[in-house]
Amino acid sequence: MNALLHTRIRLLLVAAAMLCSAGAMAQNVLIRGAEVHTPSGKLDNANVLVRGGRIEAVGAGLAAPSGITVIEAKGRPLTAGLFAGFSDIGIDEVSLEKSTTDSGLSVGADKLRDAQWRPEFDVTLAYNPNSVLLPVARIEGFTWTVLEPYSVAGGSFVAGQGAAVLFDSSYDAVISGSQSLFVNMGGDAMSFSGGSRSAQYMLLEQAIREARASSPPTSQSLLHPAGREALAKYLAGGRVVLHVERAADIRRAVAFVRAAGMKPIVAGGAEAWMVADELARNDIPVLLDPLENLPSNFDGIGARLDNAAILHRAGVRVGFSGAGSSNARKVRQHAGSAVAHGLPWNVALAGLTSLPADLFGIAASRGRIAVGQSADLVLWSGDPLEITSIADQVWIAGKAIEMRSRQTELRDRHLERLKRGMAR
Amino acid sequence: MCVSLLAACAAQPDGKPVDAAPSPRTAPYASTYKPASSPPVLIRGATVLTGTGARLDDADVLIVGGRISAVGSKLAAPAGAQFIDGRGKWVTPGLIDPHSHLGVYPSPQVNAHGDGNEISNPVTANVWAEHSVWPQDPGFDKALAGGVTSMQVLPGSANLIGGRSVVLKNVPAVTTQAMKFPGAPQGLKMACGENPKRVYGEKKQAPTSRMGNVAGYRAQWVEAQQYIRDFDDYGKKLAAKEKNKGADKDKDKEELKPPKRDLRLDTLASVLKGEIPVHIHCYRADEMALMLDLADEFGYRVAAFHHAVEAYKIADLLAERGVCAAMWADWWGFKMEAFDGIQENIAFVDHPKNACAMMHSDSGEGIQRLNQEAAKAMARGVRAGLSIAPEHAILWLTANPAKALGIERQTGTLEAGKMADVVIWNRNPFSVYALAERVFIDGATAYDRGRSDAVPRSDFMLGQPGRGVAP
Repeated sequence: MNALLHTRIRLLLVAAAMLCSAGAMAQNVLIRGAEVHTPSGKLDNANVLVRGGRIEAVGAGLAAPSGITVIEAKGRPLTAGLFAGFSDIGIDEVSLEKSTTDSGLSVGADKLRDAQWRPEFDVTLAYNPNSVLLPVARIEGFTWTVLEPYSVAGGSFVAGQGAAVLFDSSYDAVISGSQSLFVNMGGDAMSFSGGSRSAQYMLLEQAIREARASSPPTSQSLLHPAGREALAKYLAGGRVVLHVERAADIRRAVAFVRAAGMKPIVAGGAEAWMVADELARNDIPVLLDPLENLPSNFDGIGARLDNAAILHRAGVRVGFSGAGSSNARKVRQHAGSAVAHGLPWNVALAGLTSLPADLFGIAASRGRIAVGQSADLVLWSGDPLEITSIADQVWIAGKAIEMRSRQTELRDRHLERLKRGMAR
Repeated sequence: MCVSLLAACAAQPDGKPVDAAPSPRTAPYASTYKPASSPPVLIRGATVLTGTGARLDDADVLIVGGRISAVGSKLAAPAGAQFIDGRGKWVTPGLIDPHSHLGVYPSPQVNAHGDGNEISNPVTANVWAEHSVWPQDPGFDKALAGGVTSMQVLPGSANLIGGRSVVLKNVPAVTTQAMKFPGAPQGLKMACGENPKRVYGEKKQAPTSRMGNVAGYRAQWVEAQQYIRDFDDYGKKLAAKEKNKGADKDKDKEELKPPKRDLRLDTLASVLKGEIPVHIHCYRADEMALMLDLADEFGYRVAAFHHAVEAYKIADLLAERGVCAAMWADWWGFKMEAFDGIQENIAFVDHPKNACAMMHSDSGEGIQRLNQEAAKAMARGVRAGLSIAPEHAILWLTANPAKALGIERQTGTLEAGKMADVVIWNRNPFSVYALAERVFIDGATAYDRGRSDAVPRSDFMLGQPGRGVAP
């Protein structure tokens, strides 16, 4: 009960903070003469009017309300803020320094007989908006991510819960309604299931029975009471991010999760193209890494660069992830690469914006340039999917972000030294 | 005849002098690489980045006998030449990755093939990466599709001194020897900083600190110096004995025993002699400066620092010393020594006169798109106010790594007489949308995106799911 209560309280606080920021801090701005990328297509030489942190109007020839800041886009592209994929920005500062990482839970169960699952583990509680990784991603056009718990040694392949956070540097940045359960299946997770992926289904079945049981579990149980409640919540139509790569495993894991009442999103999906029609039939979306074309392990022998294009042609909704935390900005290159290998350009942009917003339940307020949406916007120096383009300005909820990070400060300091001949 | 300092002439039991420690250039496990035969090729009307800093628009590239014959306009082709319409295309030298672990850490990542680090001792100067290369690594084919025609494959960075690297031509082959770049020197892999002290520190074994790292290198070079002296002394004694032959019968009978040959010290002594260039995994600026002092202390030259995340802080020092730096475009932050990474690193390092900036991958993914990594670095440099044109940035991927690897006389530019290692791109290669359409190695088509019979596929991929040629 505690966990649920806790979650609810936290959400109320988030909502209160968002109202505050929209009223007091957000700027009003008119962005004029941009190539505006909206859900219905590209508008050339269009204007976007932002008031109270929200998009108030989109179109040609909008008049500038008196006193409003006007940004002359001069034809530059304007997109919604980008999705940084799954990451641990604010959770994992320096991966190899354990004192700075909170990504995963180990209960010290190295043997299956000691297994304890804690699906109530919520990685977002460790989130630190003052992480230096956040501005590094933000000034590259990324305005949100989905924090992901990892399976770590001594833990479980049911890694725990994550959620979307907004890169506005607020302490309560979790976007309500985005909570998701993370489950890692297949070969990568075999060490958590007694050496066979088959046992992943057996263990999941056991946990599901425990979560559904009306009587208290036995001493051999996988779950604690809070874990039973947390899992039960997902069994009632909750969102599950399934990290799985091999075609056979994708099919089986997706079918299992659906039969249990959960809504799967496939993450990774190196061989998803091999089961594209089936995924399309059941409307199972895939968030993939389009640079993945090596047979990195035996689960991904069929990996190929046109995975995204094949899935899209079959009717699967495709988005992007896979660049991790420190270099999350590379996801933009992922999308561009998918285009180079056959994915339509507008579908690739959607895979960084509206599609992930749809998947994580935040589409009512974010992910698109449309009237009523939060003004999370990026003005680009050129094609937003081209690696030589740079984000000129980012807005979150209408507030112009200071385009500065620890990296730009290092750059500026040492550029000065370089210009002076670099006295040591 | 003892030309090399190391080949200081030991003697066989019969007393005849032999090379005790062969020079790397005459080493065993020699290259058996043979260029494939090919007709003359004339690429016409392309945008050509020569690798020497020039950009030629509407230019032709003529390949004859596996070599660059000419680059210019309206070139005439010899009889039997194949013509390629280069209009709208860009042509560059074949890309060279100065830092790869293809073959030694191949795909799939299985225990049986994880042969890139000999983690049994912090100093394994005796091991050679080429003895670990699995030529069937599917990663070679993927790198070729990204325009990579040569690469240096190194041992990993677990050890202070990890062993000898090998330079390969990126051709499909059954043996590693058949991939070895003819005449290329081997390199020595050393590693600074966190990795060696972490790997051995966790085993409660030296080194456990950075000062332990440096003490570890120094002890090795001291030994190598002694090894050289021992062979020198032996050589002198042998020569004296030869000279005084017949003067003293007892002395004639006296058996001169050569010093015991040691594979580890063979390598280190070859470095001190200048036969093996040194490549150092080193992130931090202060540690790179220490490693240059170390090189001065023992009198060898550092060819390049690799993963040089902080090289931008000592761009002047690197240029002054003529040391190359191999860098990533934007990879940073995963450990403390990578915490100060900036996207302008390459552009800054490239800025001083005589600089030698290189893009490297260290990754089976990154090696497939070195052009894109360079595009990112170029864009950041330009945004910071530095002037970097594509015809210059291409040097980071071609001429500069060729220089660091000691193969600049054979490849790395489109100058007449060089190996015809050439890439035809479908557009400006400094773009996420750019694809290598055709790759030539020594003038022969090694890769042709449009022809499934000209896209190599390793033995491992045969009969696997996803049959056919996947991009």
